[in-house]
Amino acid sequence: MKNIAPKLPIEEYEKNFADLHPPLTPNSAVAEANRCLYCYDSPCMKACPTHIDISTFIKKISTGNLLGSAKTILESNWIALTCAKACPVNILCEGACVYNEKGEKPIEIGKLQRFAMDNYFAKGMPSIFNKATKNNKSVGIIGSGPAGLACGAELSLLGYDATIYEANKIPGGLCTWGIAPYKMRREDSLKEVAMVKSFGVEIKTEMMVGKEIKVDELIKKHDAIFLGVGLGESPQLSVTGENLSGVIGALEFIEKVKTENWKDVPVGKRVAVIGAGNTSIDAATEAKRLGAEQVFIIYRRSEVEMSAYEFEYELAKKDGIVFHFLTAPKKIVGEKFVEGIECLKMRLGEPDNRGRRRPVSIPGTEFTIPVDMVIKAIGQETKSSFLGSIPNLTLDTDGCVIVDQNTFQTANPKIFAGGDCINGGKEVVNAAYDGKRAAHGIDSYLSNQTKGGN
Amino acid sequence: MVDLSINCAGIKSPNPFWLASAPPSNSAYQNCKAFEQGWGGTVWKTIGEPVMNVFNRYGGLDYNGQKIFGLNNIELISDRPIEVNLKEIAETKKLWPDRAVVVSLMVESKRETWHEVVKRTIDTGCDGIELNYGCPHGMSERGMGAAVGQVPEYCKMITEWEIEVSTIPVIVKLTPNISNIQLPARAAKAAGANAISLINTINSIIGINLDTFELKPNVGGLGGHGGYAGPAVKPIALHLLSQVAIDTEVSLPISGIGGISNWRDALEFILLGASSVQVCTAVMHYGFRIVNDMIEGLSNWMESKGFTSLDQVRGKSLPRINDFGNFDLLNRTIARIDQTKCIHCNLCYIACEDAAHQCIDLTPVNGHNKTEVREKDCVGCALCSLVCPVEGCISMVRIDDGSSSKTWNQLIADFKKSGRPLTWKALAEFQHKHGIEIH
Repeated sequence: MKNIAPKLPIEEYEKNFADLHPPLTPNSAVAEANRCLYCYDSPCMKACPTHIDISTFIKKISTGNLLGSAKTILESNWIALTCAKACPVNILCEGACVYNEKGEKPIEIGKLQRFAMDNYFAKGMPSIFNKATKNNKSVGIIGSGPAGLACGAELSLLGYDATIYEANKIPGGLCTWGIAPYKMRREDSLKEVAMVKSFGVEIKTEMMVGKEIKVDELIKKHDAIFLGVGLGESPQLSVTGENLSGVIGALEFIEKVKTENWKDVPVGKRVAVIGAGNTSIDAATEAKRLGAEQVFIIYRRSEVEMSAYEFEYELAKKDGIVFHFLTAPKKIVGEKFVEGIECLKMRLGEPDNRGRRRPVSIPGTEFTIPVDMVIKAIGQETKSSFLGSIPNLTLDTDGCVIVDQNTFQTANPKIFAGGDCINGGKEVVNAAYDGKRAAHGIDSYLSNQTKGGN
Repeated sequence: MVDLSINCAGIKSPNPFWLASAPPSNSAYQNCKAFEQGWGGTVWKTIGEPVMNVFNRYGGLDYNGQKIFGLNNIELISDRPIEVNLKEIAETKKLWPDRAVVVSLMVESKRETWHEVVKRTIDTGCDGIELNYGCPHGMSERGMGAAVGQVPEYCKMITEWEIEVSTIPVIVKLTPNISNIQLPARAAKAAGANAISLINTINSIIGINLDTFELKPNVGGLGGHGGYAGPAVKPIALHLLSQVAIDTEVSLPISGIGGISNWRDALEFILLGASSVQVCTAVMHYGFRIVNDMIEGLSNWMESKGFTSLDQVRGKSLPRINDFGNFDLLNRTIARIDQTKCIHCNLCYIACEDAAHQCIDLTPVNGHNKTEVREKDCVGCALCSLVCPVEGCISMVRIDDGSSSKTWNQLIADFKKSGRPLTWKALAEFQHKHGIEIH
């Protein structure tokens, strides 16, 4: 990189990456829990993709039954700590809280869930679930992200031998590697990994399927397979200069930050982030917090069309991120290193097939922003070559695996799938739901087989 | 201009708010500080026999995060020598001539002892005497406090001893730990008492520590019953106050006590006949400063209602106290839910379904549940309106036209007159005639 941002004192890094939403104290948790109305058939429960019985777990906090509270949560969602910290609660559970309709502040459901889960892990994960007797059937799970972990946990309690194959050295998928450190640290994700392991799930790390173990070997070895492989690389911008030193994919950058070796993560003095989704905001704020002097977000549509949540946008603005809307990158400028990004102004044209107005370039509006680093955050590609290596899968036009909505079974009856690889990239909580439901899909598929059915 | 001054059996104060005989009224320092902040009077913490307290003496009852919803104590009467107290009382009264200084007394049940203490108390220049016949712990075991209040004969006898020598008004403070509060009240009246105050604290065990199995408060591993006070006791106090207030055999001014925390609580006591009100737990929780809102809130309320003096307010709700047998069985109300205010918490549904009469339907509409009352089945019990967290969302609406009314007592009389026995079948006929179906 041409100009690397100067390193910060270690306390500065810790301050910058400290909890954005600090935990509740025991007293404040009980006070907040008591504020909950204990709605019947509550809207928050319906709004949660995993349908946690929220008002019940909150009532249990108010009575000091913290173990029971954690059990209520985990019964619906095995990735509960991550969800408590990383869920967009204000558009899910908290957004559905009846207090909103009353014109009052909704219950802090995310923080209360974190309180119950923190206590559960602090107590050393007391045993609160009964395992069914082993049925001597085995399921291979590809990927140890939230979908894979949830599927493994559920299968293990149902009596299956569950083995997770993880390419990375450290498991947890995006929960471990993809969540901004001021929302959640890696160690929290690893607590959930440890919990799933404690149920008897085996996690084989540095075991890339297709490389260390062949796909057909895996299919032969297990009675069923669950794909929780997520998505792949950032797509190409397809502009000149993309291979210059200083251009990096957003997830690759965020993964480096997640090592928590702050001073070893190279970041430019001036940084351009391409794209305006939630990952773009993470990358931009993280770059800023690592010491970048100026960070720009470059987005070809306007504020209205960007996919980042409102609260993420607010956070970015608070961090001093400068937004260039209706701006598209034309060329990355530089000899060996990134020196700038040439952009073109856009206007909005006719809506595309998804109803979003298509950006149209305005000729002659080129301008160059001098930057030292370009972070590509324009989404992730599906793992098309890997998915192509699995027999009889059907993919939709976006390259996502097509599954049955109830059983999560793919076109190949022995193979099930969930998480980002079927939805193209949603929240952790969606993956947690898919994994758990798929476990039941697998269970009924294998139980029927035993009975001689299909 | 609103006048908050009162005269309770000849004891005058600029407002009805008195400190109750309790820890906040223990010393000249405290009582003078309270007067500076606006309290109208004080009942000096009971003085009398030598006592010694244990160290840990209070237990709090918290409810849903609210601290001290109830408070119990095993503190005794003043543990400072009687001479010190009498001297401070005299000094305080001299400094605050316009405030009511009442002194609470408790000594052993001997005529001479009572005579002596009453005379010494009067010498301080105080405005009145309150006889502590209510203290439920520590003193009752020694034949004082509630041990007197629970036996109307003792109550009468001992009150007579004071009346014999007292030249100032005597208030008898009653214990609620008795099945008929009217009996000791009548005894006090018969003995010549000038006023009644109630209630003293209620016998209670406030709680148990689930880790150590010790009682609260815990005194070196031991605990026992204490006197219960605070907001939680107010409904009991209001009931006992009303029982004494409506008793024509008593007919004495009353000083109301029991869970009064603010002007609204105070007003309820006044509406049921109290002349002055006494406050302890709220002061123990927040300090003397609460009197500012009490005075202001009461004045503002009076002004908004067009009252100029508390005489116009006192006892205003007493005529409404009546027996169940005189309530109109045909005064029909049902619940109505204002759909525009509903926040879809469904608490009305589950309360009615599980605990009342199963007459609220839950129907999914646009992703939430719509709650609707099946009016023909609604018995108008009001539970749904009580659990509803939204102000004005569920209202109880009267649906009869008022053309017919029948009380239980009238109904019984009708049956008697007609010679028909009161059977379930006969009752159902009556209900049916008036469009009432009990399912």
